[in-house]
Amino acid sequence: MSGVDSAQPVLRLQNITKRFGPVTANEAVTFDLAKGEVIALLGENGAGKTTLMNILFGQYTADEGQVSVFGKPLPPGNPRAALDAGVGMVHQHFTLAGNLTVWENIVLGAQPLHAPRLRAGAAKAKIRALSEEFQLKVDPDAKISALTVGERQRVEILKALYRDARILILDEPTAVLTPQETDALFATLRKAIDLGLSIVFISHKLHEVMAISNRVLVLRHGKLVAERATLDTDRAELSALMVGAETSAPELSRATPGAPLLSLAQLSTPPIGTAPGLRKIDLTLRAGQITGLAGVSGNGQAALSDLISGLVSPQSGTFEIAGSPVTGWTPRTAIAQGIARIPEDRHKTGTIADFDLTENTILETYATQFSKRGWMNWRGAKAHAEALIKTYDVRCSGPDARIRLLSGGNMQKLILGRVLENAPRIILANQPVRGLDIGAVNYVHGRLAAARDAGAAVLLISEDLDEIMRLSDVIHVISDGRLSPEFARGTMQPEQLGVWMAGDGFEGENHAA
Amino acid sequence: MELFEILTSAAFWAAAIRIASPLIFATMGELICERAGVLNLGIEGIMVAGAFAGWIAVWAGMPLWGGVSVAFMVGMGLGGIHSILSVPFGLSQHVVGIGLTLLATSATFYTYRVMLPEVSTPPKIDAFQPFPIPILSDIPFFGPALFQQTALTYLAFILVGVVSFTLYRTPLGLAVRAAGESPAAVAAQGLSVTAIRMGAVMVGSGCMAVGGAFLTMSAFDSFFFDMVNGRGWICIALVVFGAWRPGKALFGAILFAAFDALQIRLQQTGIGAVVPYQVFLMMPYILSILALIAMSRRAEVPAALMVPFNKGER
Repeated sequence: MSGVDSAQPVLRLQNITKRFGPVTANEAVTFDLAKGEVIALLGENGAGKTTLMNILFGQYTADEGQVSVFGKPLPPGNPRAALDAGVGMVHQHFTLAGNLTVWENIVLGAQPLHAPRLRAGAAKAKIRALSEEFQLKVDPDAKISALTVGERQRVEILKALYRDARILILDEPTAVLTPQETDALFATLRKAIDLGLSIVFISHKLHEVMAISNRVLVLRHGKLVAERATLDTDRAELSALMVGAETSAPELSRATPGAPLLSLAQLSTPPIGTAPGLRKIDLTLRAGQITGLAGVSGNGQAALSDLISGLVSPQSGTFEIAGSPVTGWTPRTAIAQGIARIPEDRHKTGTIADFDLTENTILETYATQFSKRGWMNWRGAKAHAEALIKTYDVRCSGPDARIRLLSGGNMQKLILGRVLENAPRIILANQPVRGLDIGAVNYVHGRLAAARDAGAAVLLISEDLDEIMRLSDVIHVISDGRLSPEFARGTMQPEQLGVWMAGDGFEGENHAA
Repeated sequence: MELFEILTSAAFWAAAIRIASPLIFATMGELICERAGVLNLGIEGIMVAGAFAGWIAVWAGMPLWGGVSVAFMVGMGLGGIHSILSVPFGLSQHVVGIGLTLLATSATFYTYRVMLPEVSTPPKIDAFQPFPIPILSDIPFFGPALFQQTALTYLAFILVGVVSFTLYRTPLGLAVRAAGESPAAVAAQGLSVTAIRMGAVMVGSGCMAVGGAFLTMSAFDSFFFDMVNGRGWICIALVVFGAWRPGKALFGAILFAAFDALQIRLQQTGIGAVVPYQVFLMMPYILSILALIAMSRRAEVPAALMVPFNKGER
């Protein structure tokens, strides 16, 4: 990309340090951003990228250090000063009021509060002009709650542009976008660069970093550990820099599967909302085997995982655990039968956000393992949590921290610890690595493979075909509540699985492979 | 039919409007607070304090409008206490509100005793008198019903317009609504959520106090301890009934007041001889609950109502 004028730093961070209690989120971070330049800030979850940008934008106050914009120091902890200086931020979690319209969200704070009237017409005209110029198509009169995620992001960008931002900070902007929306976003960003804006782009997706940036800064454990011109580096190097050491995906050893631990035969469940229920499926999970479930989301995965977790009962068909039919199927009996669950949504169903780590580790076992005659054994629970934190390398300030303070990867490690510590017979892993960075993904996969080698039956549900093919001993495809026959590892190409995922290959209610 | 006669009489509607007036002030006050994201359960106590403050100021020699201003200032002060505890300190809004109601009520009674140690019946003041609006008050039916009220009642209706315009047509109102919907969005746009919420709670509390003062300075001309009698709680329900919109809340206040005026009159009719009067007293509340159920099912609650906002927390 042309137009980088390194003689003219528009933004300078000097020695930024920020601590949250005993955790140091940023340590002595220093860098410059030049006019027309795109810096990619790369790092794992929890590396301190978002914290750093929130300091720059004035939402957090740094413990030490100084931010300057166009040569002038910014007063700390003051988003208004940052906005006035020309810094605009697109937050990872959008800061939009859902009940207000697009133009109201954009105008908020941009007109002085003592002004006698909102100038709606002028505001909408300016928004339309900006939408046109930056190809950010959105209706100014639409309510935010009616918009798609991609449209909401456009509103966030428009908010910054409306206030004449010269420096755009985008925090994981592509995490919520489809590939097409990502392309459109990049077109918008290139347009902004052509107009002389500068961009800080936070991501952990390497190919995007390579595509858009001039320079890459790598953040690890809050410290700036490397700086590379994008042209002089490649994905392999960046990946290594980001994680610290080379980590690789676990290699699956050949294993002979053991006895069937869970079998479903001709089993059906009722639909969940608009998602289909299961339609006469046959499935066997065996000891020492990872069964991968491929499929586009919303095709019955939720029904299957709810069934195995004990949240729904079968409508018809047989359901056996270790050879004996199940009766009175509830989450409690599922846990008692040795079924461990890694839920799809770790925030909603996996953890209780405002409980501390100790409480979250014993959610399933508090009654059986950590209480005696109706009294909680908190000392034992805390020791247990401390052990888990250590064994599973959960980065946190300690067992008393509220779990909402943890990054996604660390939260997932804790859930993994909770699940694996009880030596489960059957592990239901529903989207176990969604939203995690490479290091955490490899860690979770390694642990699942180890559990399988220890004799557990693992059901891996994922929309990521690569993940399924890499990790599974056998693969099923689910489509509209129907289940394909079992395919052994290495017998199917992605394209062939894709045919099943699209719903072709099923003949009537029979499996004719 | 007696009911028909009651409902078509201008005197009945004039009474309903009069009964509605204090509710309108206090409902607008609560609505402002809640739109900014703060539930103000101090309303009942603030109304008691306002009723006393306005009345005692006039008794001590101030003009009537001076008394209204004193009531407003006392409300602002009590709202200030609420807002410091509930906004920057982020304490539970339920606890703060109920505590403030108890504090304001007790402090009012205490002040009353200190200032009037030896009276058995509270003194009277020269309260607001009906002010017929020229020309308008001569319209048949509507004139006597609407335009022969006291100045404070007209002010209540003007307040609804002002609140509505401010909320929907000014940058300040947008900021208040946004603070109740998504404080994070307000902070990200460089505004102070704390300042907006504190300001809203203080102004809203001032309006509640004027609602209380209406009772001692317009509806009646003296102060009694149980005067407010749960009107504050009714106003909390009216805000929900009005789906957090000033116009609908005004409608709700008039509806409730009409039920109240109706039950008084029904007691004097034929059925009043058969049915115990307590049943009539219950009527406005029962009908309010039914209306609340019908009206508020699909109301859009401010998303950040009762959610404290702490800058820099993650």
